[in-house]
Amino acid sequence: MLLIRCPYCEEERPELEFRNAGEAHIARSANMSGESDDDFEKFFFIRSNPKGIIYERWRHMHGCARFFNAVRDTVTDKFVMTYKAGEPKPAKLPGVAK
Amino acid sequence: MKKYSVFAIAREAMRGHKGWEEQWSSPEPKKEYDVIIVGAGGHGLATAYYLATVHGITNVAVLEKGWLGGGNTGRNTTIIRSNYLYDESAGIYDHALKLWDGLSQELNYNVMYSARGVMMLAHNVHDIQVLKRHVHANRLNGIDNEWLSPEQAKEFCPPLNISRDARYPVVGAALQRRGGTARHDAVAWGYARGASARGVHIIQNCEVTGVKRAANGAVMGVDTTRGFIGAKKVGVVAAGHSSVIMNMAGVRMPLESYPLQALVSEPVKPVVPCVVMSNTVHAYISQSDKGELVIGAGTDQYVSYSQTGGLHILQHTLDAICEMFPIFTRMKMLRSWGGIVDVTPDRSPILAKTPVPGLYVNCGWGTGGFKATPGSGHVFAHTIAKDDPHPINAPFTIERFRTGRLIDEAAAAAVAH
Repeated sequence: MLLIRCPYCEEERPELEFRNAGEAHIARSANMSGESDDDFEKFFFIRSNPKGIIYERWRHMHGCARFFNAVRDTVTDKFVMTYKAGEPKPAKLPGVAK
Repeated sequence: MKKYSVFAIAREAMRGHKGWEEQWSSPEPKKEYDVIIVGAGGHGLATAYYLATVHGITNVAVLEKGWLGGGNTGRNTTIIRSNYLYDESAGIYDHALKLWDGLSQELNYNVMYSARGVMMLAHNVHDIQVLKRHVHANRLNGIDNEWLSPEQAKEFCPPLNISRDARYPVVGAALQRRGGTARHDAVAWGYARGASARGVHIIQNCEVTGVKRAANGAVMGVDTTRGFIGAKKVGVVAAGHSSVIMNMAGVRMPLESYPLQALVSEPVKPVVPCVVMSNTVHAYISQSDKGELVIGAGTDQYVSYSQTGGLHILQHTLDAICEMFPIFTRMKMLRSWGGIVDVTPDRSPILAKTPVPGLYVNCGWGTGGFKATPGSGHVFAHTIAKDDPHPINAPFTIERFRTGRLIDEAAAAAVAH
């Protein structure tokens, strides 16, 4: 079971309190009905599914109930960091080469 | 290839079992092949086998980063069934089921396919409605499926608890008698032996690290840990890593990879005569010929390539198993493991040509690909050989996520993935 740090509660809590909410930083169009089929497919269905660093959303369902973002390595399942929703995608990751 | 038979066993018994030959050869990779298959699991090896036997294409290499059958082929719970709701799914899964029947004879290799019946339990009125809808849809598609009362379900599977005050009362069940199990390793080994005997090269410990494309975009071959290997046609059959390989060719996929776990108990005498599945409480169970109870759990909720999952996922499944089968509450579990499954948004597979000429993909089987192994290999071989899908896999395109023509088994509930 993962231990996840909620950036709002500022506490590391067991995964059971959280729901994964998929890949992060996928912008929803302000004009959804005007989207082309290609763009809608990219937004709705296509995922990066990386083997390595993933940016993903979590929701602290049984805590503060808020969404936030996390950076995790999908090979080790170790979290690199978590940050609040709305904050920009971190350019530099602590402790990660490249 | 020396044929296996009772006479062969007798002959070898007489001379100390010194005459058995290796089941497949391990050749050095050539510089170029007609077709490269990435991934020597059941689906990949079946593809190579049918390329050789049905289409006469034997200049084929199957590249495997580990050992053959060491991925999800060796990690699944070996359940075979074809009771899917939609016509497209019924088509492909029943195609596979028909091939399972007779596969041991075809391969001259005992894959231990046992049509012991797959029984899906209903616990509430919604389950009854959904499962009966499946029964009717299946029968319209010529697939056997029948409705059982709780008493009939108990008769079919005696250890089942059908007491009215059970935590998950059994209020009915759908039974596909042709469903069952097979020996998963033997499926990979049988196809490997058959393909190798016809000239297919199976190259293990050879990881694909890149997909080379010509100036016009077409596939030229693959970079591997054992050097570049050329081919005009490349079929990607890499399960949880399919999107990783497809990314090497510049194709982004509608896939996410999750850990899926299973576990087995200590071996006991025959007690579960069939496969029992409950989608509502997420538990499924059967008994291997060795006597172990084989239990499948659910996926973790996050993308991962770790080949392990959370313990609470297993506990959740065991809770349900113990409620439905109180007789098993004191059984000891021996081993648990995880595999990485590639899941599409509509939970149906992709077996198709790709936007890259000469590149084909067979992926997205999610949590239930083993049952489809023969059918998948058969139609995927057709797709590669003819550069055109077989009518059975024609609906399973990548483009369906742009057109919206999904095969939405996920929304149809009662589908244990």
